[in-house]
Amino acid sequence: MTSLPKPRGPLSDLVTSALRAVPGEPVDRIDVEPESADDAAVTLWMLHELLYGGFDEVDDRAEWEPELIRVRRRLEDDLEAQLRERWPGPPDGADLEADFFDWVADHDGPSLARHVQTHATEEQVLDLLRVRSVYHLKEADPTTWAIPRLPVAAKAALVELQYDEYGVGDPARLHAHLFARGMEASGLRPEHGAYVDESPAEILEQNNALSMFGLQRRLRAAAVGHLAAFEATSSVPSRRLAQGLERLGFPDEIIGYYREHVEADAVHEQVALRDICVSLVQEEPHLEPDVWFGAWACLDLEDRTARRMLAGWGVPA
Amino acid sequence: MTRPDVFLCPGGPMLLRGDQVVVDDDGVEHRTTRPVSAVCRCGKSASKPWCDGTHKLLPAKLRP
Repeated sequence: MTSLPKPRGPLSDLVTSALRAVPGEPVDRIDVEPESADDAAVTLWMLHELLYGGFDEVDDRAEWEPELIRVRRRLEDDLEAQLRERWPGPPDGADLEADFFDWVADHDGPSLARHVQTHATEEQVLDLLRVRSVYHLKEADPTTWAIPRLPVAAKAALVELQYDEYGVGDPARLHAHLFARGMEASGLRPEHGAYVDESPAEILEQNNALSMFGLQRRLRAAAVGHLAAFEATSSVPSRRLAQGLERLGFPDEIIGYYREHVEADAVHEQVALRDICVSLVQEEPHLEPDVWFGAWACLDLEDRTARRMLAGWGVPA
Repeated sequence: MTRPDVFLCPGGPMLLRGDQVVVDDDGVEHRTTRPVSAVCRCGKSASKPWCDGTHKLLPAKLRP
């Protein structure tokens, strides 16, 4: 089970106290502004977590507490506004199906996978596994929220992709579980949320954007656009990560997790683009800009995480 | 609304749906294990017969 993270400012402090008091005490109006990106990110992460596994010390009824939903909405609006402000808009004249992969490839961001492949120390890789666990231990879950919001063909294709993410009916092959086994074998804690306190705001924002895209029907096209970009930047980097882990003598379980993603995501990137995103846009053409927006957000947020991690290790980005 | 069992991705792999057996250049049989599998068409995959995304690292004229 998951424990509440440590507050990172006045808003997360207030929300943590409110969460602990539900349902005994009504939640008073919370108008405190987040003090920092960290304060905002950890608060939104907590409020989203209520919709996944919840927390040991929080009553499950907190999930639908109106004042907490109001705070969540305010923080999601801020996060979306920041992303839309940075977003350059859909690429001029690009055809989604024909040009998407080249557009992703042309995006030139710092690569954590390259660093792990050739230079990273064991300690740096352990750092990376700890912060990546915030997502990998609930891998695929945020996108599952989008399933009921899609038209027929895109829905069928997303379920087909998620079925593979969830292990094709075999719990031992479920991707989040493979990662948990890899964590354990590497001497790390496999419980969901175990390393939230040491995860920088950039990691939590990555997680929060993904949850927000999944949870808001209005943003369903961003959810699947994010998925397509995520899968399209996974296969080759996963091979690099596996090679780096082999170089450093990491256990087979964690290497196996990344090896699985080399082949799985070479399939998923094709399905996500052609059968999910293109199919959705055929049915609902007004959603195409949001497919590009979600894809761009995936690349942008990963750049910020990569820069943050590399800077922390004193490695030039 | 039809969904193909075999789909050739322009510049990329062949997608294969369902339970299939692929025979590689050495005559070795590989059974699919996923709802959809991607078979290498560029010839450069390190996980043949399956695609590993390597086609994306090739110049466009060398992609299938």
